[in-house]
Amino acid sequence: MILDYVLLIFLILCAIGTTITKNLLDAVIIFMAYSSVMAVIWALLQSPDLAITEAAVGAGVTGILFFITLKKIHSVKGTRD
Amino acid sequence: MKENGGKWEKFFKWINGETTIDSVILENSRKKRFAKRKLRHQKAKFIALRLKHSKRRIQEIICIIVAVVFIGILLKTASELPTCGKPDNPVNNEVSERYLEKGVEETGSINLVSGMILDYRAFDTFGESCVLFTAVICVAMLLKRDKNNIDPIEDQELKEDEEIKNADGSLILKFVARLVIPFIFLYGIYVILNGHLSPGGGFSGGAIIGAGLMLYSTAYGQENTRRFFTYETFKKVSATCLLIYCFSKGYSFFTGGNHLKNIIPKGIPGNILSSGLILPLNICVGIIVACTMYGIYSFFTKGDI
Repeated sequence: MILDYVLLIFLILCAIGTTITKNLLDAVIIFMAYSSVMAVIWALLQSPDLAITEAAVGAGVTGILFFITLKKIHSVKGTRD
Repeated sequence: MKENGGKWEKFFKWINGETTIDSVILENSRKKRFAKRKLRHQKAKFIALRLKHSKRRIQEIICIIVAVVFIGILLKTASELPTCGKPDNPVNNEVSERYLEKGVEETGSINLVSGMILDYRAFDTFGESCVLFTAVICVAMLLKRDKNNIDPIEDQELKEDEEIKNADGSLILKFVARLVIPFIFLYGIYVILNGHLSPGGGFSGGAIIGAGLMLYSTAYGQENTRRFFTYETFKKVSATCLLIYCFSKGYSFFTGGNHLKNIIPKGIPGNILSSGLILPLNICVGIIVACTMYGIYSFFTKGDI
């Protein structure tokens, strides 16, 4: 019960953090954290199907695609220029 | 007498006897013919342009008509749907009751979610797979690097990236990838094959395998991935899986709620070889999703699989 509330509050904080972060790389990482927490919440809500998909797609694939896009538009520091 | 009299030059030359009158007349007539041909060419070009414009106009009109018709059909369908949230909607009593009570018996799958999305509502999943396939085709259309899509700056960048990668070796990434990748693939295959028994299914397992392929490609480079996964395999495998799905479940579009009789025996619910078509369909969906994920990733990074 307490775990639920903690996770939900963390979820909301992550969602707000994603939108107000200035650095795009940080925003993507916070978004991946949001997806991981969401996967745990799906598992607690007794829908393990969604939890697996959320963990694989939300925290894995989407994050990687975001990183590639950031690299393509040269907005990650330290890779080039 | 002027030396360069412009258009009189030839006349003076003729007077001075440097050229004969025949050659001048010949040249003049050739010039005239050339001018005529040019005029004709311009006229033809103008007509072609106008034709092209009118063709585009017709295309635009057809597009608008098709869009309006589809919007109308969709709005009409949406207006005939039952009101959202009413307690006596069929979704709230008959459908879920049927699924819960007769699901295992009718589909033969212990995991009821798989039974729903691959048996009762199989055409929904077919649409999803088509959407994914269309998405990766669009990405390939825009980003595939072939003879029509070459940018010297991008070539330079890719070469630099390759050099950086070869120079520092990315030792940690390679070591971790070697440890983790077999387990990722194994877990993905387990999730797909057990889709009708335990949580998971084609989509989740495919996403896991796709993520594993991405990790392999990042750690060991695309040349190593090409040993077992090229553009040709990508095309053939995903098209074949989509076609298998289409032929096994496409009839739903014509028969509606009536199922055709399944030739494959359902088996005992709980066994790995049970529940008829759900296992092969899970494998098909998994392969499509894995191919799509890896395809999108590699088109974004290198522009080719």
